[in-house]
Amino acid sequence: MEVIIILIGASLLVAIGFLFAFLWAVKSGQYDDKYTPSVRILFENKINSEEQNNAPDKHEEIKKN
Amino acid sequence: MHKLQKRIFLISLSVLFLRIMEELLVKKPDLKVHCFHCGDECRDKSIHINEKYFCCNGCRTVYEMLYSNDMCTYYSIDDKPGISKKNDLIRNFDFLEDLDLQNKLIDFTDGKVTTITFFIPQMHCSSCIWILENLYKINSGIKQSSVNFLKKSLSIKYAEKEISLKELVELLDSLGYLPSLNFDEKTKVKSENVLKKLYYKIGIAGFAFGNIMLLSFPEYLSIQDIVTDNIKVIFGTINMILALPVLFYSGSEYYISAWKGLKKSIINIDVPITLGIMVLFFRSYYELLSQTGAGYLDSMTALIFFLLLGKLFQHKTYDALNFERNFNSYFPIAVTIIKNGIETTKPVEKLKVGERILIKNNEIIPADSVLISDKTNIDYSFVTGESSPVVVNNGKVIYAGGKQIGASIMVETIKEVSQSYLTQLWNQDAFHKDYHSNINSLVTIVSKYFTAIILAISSAAFIYWFGTNTSLAFNAFTAVLIIACPCALALSTPFTLGNTLRIFGRNKFYVKNTDVVEKLSSINSIVFDKTGTITETGNAEIKYIGEKLDELDLQIIVSVSKNSSHPLSKQICEFYGGTNIIPVSDYNEKPGLGISANVNGIKVSIGSYKFIYQKEISEEFNLQTRVYYSVEGVIKGYFAFKNKYREGLKETIQALRTDYDISLLSGDNESERNNLLEFFDSNSQLLFGQSPFNKLEFVKKLQSENKYVLMIGDGLNDAGALKQSNVGISLSEDINNFSPACDGIMEAKSFNKLKDFISFSRVSKKIIIISFIVSFLYNLIGLAFAVQGQLSPVIAAILMPISSISVVVFTTLATNFIAKRHGLLQWK
Repeated sequence: MEVIIILIGASLLVAIGFLFAFLWAVKSGQYDDKYTPSVRILFENKINSEEQNNAPDKHEEIKKN
Repeated sequence: MHKLQKRIFLISLSVLFLRIMEELLVKKPDLKVHCFHCGDECRDKSIHINEKYFCCNGCRTVYEMLYSNDMCTYYSIDDKPGISKKNDLIRNFDFLEDLDLQNKLIDFTDGKVTTITFFIPQMHCSSCIWILENLYKINSGIKQSSVNFLKKSLSIKYAEKEISLKELVELLDSLGYLPSLNFDEKTKVKSENVLKKLYYKIGIAGFAFGNIMLLSFPEYLSIQDIVTDNIKVIFGTINMILALPVLFYSGSEYYISAWKGLKKSIINIDVPITLGIMVLFFRSYYELLSQTGAGYLDSMTALIFFLLLGKLFQHKTYDALNFERNFNSYFPIAVTIIKNGIETTKPVEKLKVGERILIKNNEIIPADSVLISDKTNIDYSFVTGESSPVVVNNGKVIYAGGKQIGASIMVETIKEVSQSYLTQLWNQDAFHKDYHSNINSLVTIVSKYFTAIILAISSAAFIYWFGTNTSLAFNAFTAVLIIACPCALALSTPFTLGNTLRIFGRNKFYVKNTDVVEKLSSINSIVFDKTGTITETGNAEIKYIGEKLDELDLQIIVSVSKNSSHPLSKQICEFYGGTNIIPVSDYNEKPGLGISANVNGIKVSIGSYKFIYQKEISEEFNLQTRVYYSVEGVIKGYFAFKNKYREGLKETIQALRTDYDISLLSGDNESERNNLLEFFDSNSQLLFGQSPFNKLEFVKKLQSENKYVLMIGDGLNDAGALKQSNVGISLSEDINNFSPACDGIMEAKSFNKLKDFISFSRVSKKIIIISFIVSFLYNLIGLAFAVQGQLSPVIAAILMPISSISVVVFTTLATNFIAKRHGLLQWK
């Protein structure tokens, strides 16, 4: 059963790793704004002019349906 | 089978029919044209680019600018996301060239790249986020911009060489996102750090709690034969190490708070908590070191973890709202000074007595001054509560906080900003008191008795066993303190009030913190302000009395008064809006008196009694606001302006006046007294002509009669009374507008729910009391074990979380249920 000590040690190391990941996340400001990133991720970087003209129409279509 | 097919056919036929009917009836082709930029209705199709129509040239300009920068994605993320530029003013940002001011506004600069954070109240949709984060496409001087939507803040990194602060603000303003330029918003960073610390503490406590619980499992299951003593010692040692950061870091604020309370001889809830944590810790260490037991470190870390979670739940803040504003955020931060005929700008706090300043249309007068120009209108509604603008003549005093209406004027200051009539309100005592500690809160009262009783029981158990079994006596003594540790007790308040606060928020009533909810439940007197609070701002009821007006008359009235910036003209326009506009010539406005013009050869005048009749009005008619209308010198009739009271005012006051003392304070004259008696009964006090100082004194007087006062106001003139009252609520048509320092901000539409809010806060208090009783019952069960000295770690580890979780579940469900009954919450 002494092998459990190695396992416990390993599991503690993993847990400490997650703890530090959490602390780092808080420190780097990931918990400051919990809303904006959820919107930001949906923006596309490049939209060419063709898509632009189509986009509002698609919007209309969805509405009608 | 055949029958079924037939039925399906019939059903689909009727569905089709309904769809067609719907298309024909409901979705009538929309004849009205809406602005492509802001979505407002367009008067006609005159302003357009190709197929896209705009309500005004301002909106079109923004579109053109975005189009030329290839940024039309703005319009595809949200439908018609723009901010209307129809009533936009031309603003002057020259004051931003002042270096002192710049240094105050910016966050950081290294001489090349500057970082600044703006608060942008107009931010409202995803498109806003997109455009504000893509500003670099419009101006390459902007290196990076990022939005925090909940805070409505925009942080920009820009190269000073390429774009100045002034140009940056002008760019934002031209897009419709005018930043609110004052220093008040800078103080908010502090609360953010508090929240960060709380996250750290929770993270560490949760980590320790989870691992200690895992390592305590052999103990729970008492797996004696597999787990050797050797392993037990190692597990115990790891637990001891894991518990240290929780004791010294995560739980630290409880000891500090308990100590602070004791120093002021107040036994707050943190005293029994600290006692419990200490006993848990030392007894566990003793047991582990002497190898007599497994200790209660799992319970200790769980306790702190749950308590911190409660704190996090309580810590609901409305980031975009500011409850601490004073006059500084209402006043301009800089003024235009005229010295030797040269215009310069100067930060407002450097303004000295005897300087001449230029005030433009819609600007706020920053300090008490004398009017140098001929004549003007000043809107004091926010400062004194008077609803209609006041005419000021040359040489007369204009008080700070008034809003200039009409052409630019020149004034000479006679007092410094901080010494002006209105701003002196902030020198009153009420603004220097510290209301932070809530000594009378329910939990503080209970914890005093609770601590005494627990200490008594534990001592009794100790004395009882001491003669016969010394170690059992210590055992029982510590066990009582451990089991009685008021985790459930301490959690019931934050969860109940935190949930109440959230439910209020859903109903557009934003409360500063949970203390306010508790205070709201004890009020017994309500004081209302009149102008802007129980009346709708800028929306008077207009009644026309006189010769009947035909369509042409209406067109003339609207077309002429459209040219005037006087609030009464604006209200008339709005009241008769939607008519065609006809060209007007020979337009002539006498500030504060009236307007005359020529429309298609017809000479018309619209204005005050004095303007139309060319003589002073007799006293008896002076109380009501009237605007007369004459055509070719013949007076046709007048418009009478009556305050429009909020919807549901009568019901709200009627419901409240049975349980509470109601008073009304108005800065206005008595003209409305009779109308108000319709709402208030004879027991209510109605006071008119009240200055901001009078209002504060009135609240003080009520409090000296042992009243617990709720003040509801809206403007700067209520600031003193709001601060002095036990609960001050500021009512606002748009919560992003300025509201003075208060405990809560309520959107005007929710005004008729006031009664529900108060009674709900009372129910919340009852729920807390019930959950106290529940947690006492748990304590009794635990105590039964504890006094016998038979508290095994398993029982402690089970009882503590169960009691806490059940109390949390109970309070949450109960508040939601009651909120639903009050109509404050709908199930989805």
